[in-house]
Amino acid sequence: MTELGWWGVPIAVLGGAVRVSTPFLFVSLGECITEKSGRINLGLEGILVMGAMSGYALSYLTGNPWLGVLGAGAAGLVLGLLHGLVCNLPRVNDIAVGIGLMLFGTGLAFFLGKPYVQPKAPTLPAMPLGGWSASPQVQAALEVNPLFLIGIGLAVALSWAFRNTRWGLIVRMVGDSSDAARAMGYAVPRMRTLCTGVGGFLAGVGGSFLSLYYPGSWSEGLSSGQGLMAVALVIFARWNPMHCFYAALLFGGAGAVGPALQSVGITSGYYLFNAAPYVVTLGIMIATCSPRRTLAGAPGELSINR
Amino acid sequence: MTGDGREHGSVLAPALDVEVVGMTKRFGALIALDDVSLRVAAGSFHALLGENGAGKSTLVKCLIGYYPPDAGQIVVARREREIRSPHDAHALGIGMVYQHFTLVPSMTVAENLVMARDDVPAVVRWRQERERLAAFMATVPFKLDLERPAWRLAAGEKQKVEIVKQLYLRRRFMILDEPTSVLTPAEADEVLGMLRAMTHGHQVTVLMITHKFREVLAFADTVSVLRRGTLAGEGRTADLTPAMLAEMMVGTRQIPQARTGRAIRAGAAVEPRLVVRDLVVEDDAGRPAVNGLALAVRPGEILGIAGVSGNGQRELVEAIIGQRRPASGEIRVDGKPYRATRNEIRYHRVLSLPEEPLRNACVPGLSVAENMALRSFDRAPLASGPWLRRGSMRDQAERRIAEFKVQTQGPDAPISTLSGGNVQRAVLARELSEAVSVLIAANPVFGLDFAAVAEIHDRVVAARNAGAAVLLVSEDLDELLELSDRLAVIFGGRIVHETPAASADIAVIGPCMAGHHAAGAAA
Repeated sequence: MTELGWWGVPIAVLGGAVRVSTPFLFVSLGECITEKSGRINLGLEGILVMGAMSGYALSYLTGNPWLGVLGAGAAGLVLGLLHGLVCNLPRVNDIAVGIGLMLFGTGLAFFLGKPYVQPKAPTLPAMPLGGWSASPQVQAALEVNPLFLIGIGLAVALSWAFRNTRWGLIVRMVGDSSDAARAMGYAVPRMRTLCTGVGGFLAGVGGSFLSLYYPGSWSEGLSSGQGLMAVALVIFARWNPMHCFYAALLFGGAGAVGPALQSVGITSGYYLFNAAPYVVTLGIMIATCSPRRTLAGAPGELSINR
Repeated sequence: MTGDGREHGSVLAPALDVEVVGMTKRFGALIALDDVSLRVAAGSFHALLGENGAGKSTLVKCLIGYYPPDAGQIVVARREREIRSPHDAHALGIGMVYQHFTLVPSMTVAENLVMARDDVPAVVRWRQERERLAAFMATVPFKLDLERPAWRLAAGEKQKVEIVKQLYLRRRFMILDEPTSVLTPAEADEVLGMLRAMTHGHQVTVLMITHKFREVLAFADTVSVLRRGTLAGEGRTADLTPAMLAEMMVGTRQIPQARTGRAIRAGAAVEPRLVVRDLVVEDDAGRPAVNGLALAVRPGEILGIAGVSGNGQRELVEAIIGQRRPASGEIRVDGKPYRATRNEIRYHRVLSLPEEPLRNACVPGLSVAENMALRSFDRAPLASGPWLRRGSMRDQAERRIAEFKVQTQGPDAPISTLSGGNVQRAVLARELSEAVSVLIAANPVFGLDFAAVAEIHDRVVAARNAGAAVLLVSEDLDELLELSDRLAVIFGGRIVHETPAASADIAVIGPCMAGHHAAGAAA
């Protein structure tokens, strides 16, 4: 601390951004896929918590944290498909179903997760990428989880796929003009259900990061609304996977401001600084949502647009 | 550019010959199509003419496999075929351009074209696709920017993409459902002229639904006229006159004549009633769609606004009637600033016939009576204190339904159950039943049959004659020339040309609409 002085703050924020952004990144990429197909899944918060619980439980039971990650994804897939299938019924509103799923997912996770609050499960390894530096702060900041790198790869792959693959183009078509998609013979509800399922899978993986890496344990207070904020993040990122990555870093960095300042001895406004991600969410919503214009890039079939 | 079609004709298979025999379709008790037969020869341009509800759409929807007909056969290239779905029709080379566009807004033209194919590869190799598309585009007489997203295209360009898409998919029989309804006359002539060139080059056969005589006589080779589900007449356009077509289309029914006589106009000294100055209005994406526009309308005159769609007309109308807040500039009525609050609307009596009335002027789920009361439901005699008087509302609606000949199951039917023309009549009844000081009308007869058109034109002229200042925004130049006292041309969000309608010159207005106003002004 002494040798870096105030430089410790931006380095800690950067390290925090890398650490905290991963769940944001996965949840927002999942939501990006779902929304590109024309549905909003507000239940990702519930899926995230459910993923955190099932990932932790599976890691504890099998001793392999990566199986936990897969299990978390599978739990998310099931909940996502549930959302997708319920929304296929006539006169069902995706936002209402999402809120229901959010409560259901967290409730179920708390119920099933009771036995796993105490035991210690094996967690995900970190990759020390800061070995070149002698500074322990820099080394700590560059301790990167493989999931973060997978997330970056996924963001790149998705933005490529939305432009260059049949699958990506069909998702965009289904999300932007269901009339056009139907006219070409694509099954709109099925496509949306699949996309919501895939979105759920990614949100579940994001949840497992919370319980298996950072903070790295399972408790009922584990998520602090990351699943909901990721929905705002997708809007901020204009439904672009690469922008989702930058936005996730920004949100993660905002979340790390409080602890970073604490580490240099500023403790007075700790809780205030911890509210930074929420302030960012609110600010973004105010800055990007105007009643006078539609959001450029918003998929045309989203229920908020119609 | 236009000659290319014939040269590269070998790229496309030759045009198809299609015949419909004894086609009948019932919806419950309603006979929408009654034993209709028609033949469209290979390489011909055939028009299908009729009023709204005459059965034109039903006929082509049976042909394309959208509805199963109750009786009748379809003969394609002299072989009887069963078409059970649009997919079957496509396999035979029959395609349709629908009235509403089927382009995906966020996708580029190239993406829209490639995605229309049945055999989209799992990974699209764009370099290769672009080369092929460029080679294909050289064979069609349309010029399109393949990299533009569809939402940034003007209506005319979208229509061209739809047509190009059919050719790209190698359709050899193309059905077009009122392809020019959203185009300007110049765009319509361009598109139809190119289609005709392609039919004469035997690249494609065209069956076009329309209710515009001018298009039938200027572009089609043959025509079939439907009236109330039956074939009322057919023939070669070379042998027909507009009067003969009109008689086939409406029979011996009396058609209200559109008024051509102009009201005695107050002198130019009269203060304008509606004044717009330096108006800037942003579109949905935040770009200035109306950009420094100025206009003034005096009482007792109709100011017509001509222009290609997408040059700020919609935003201008929305700003004046209060649907969109101007970014800057001012709107004044009777010299006072006007922001279209409910009180100001009531005080100044600024009323409107916006385009797409079901969307812009009605609450679809409310009844006809409630929609007719939207301007006045909170005042006597429709309300006493905080309570509504449903009886008075119903009485008022019944009077207006009778006076404006609104066809509805009754005042309690939801307004969304009415046909387009009747929704427009219901809105007209609401807006014009009481004194009007300023009337804003945007494409008031869009998509209506011509009996309804003449009636609505009469009402607009009557409002003008009663002293209202009328702003008429339309994409139909003929309508503007017929009704307006003065004509202004909007381009790029500004008025670029203004002239008394009596001395309006198409040779000047046309270039102005296309943005060549410097030349227009000099002429």
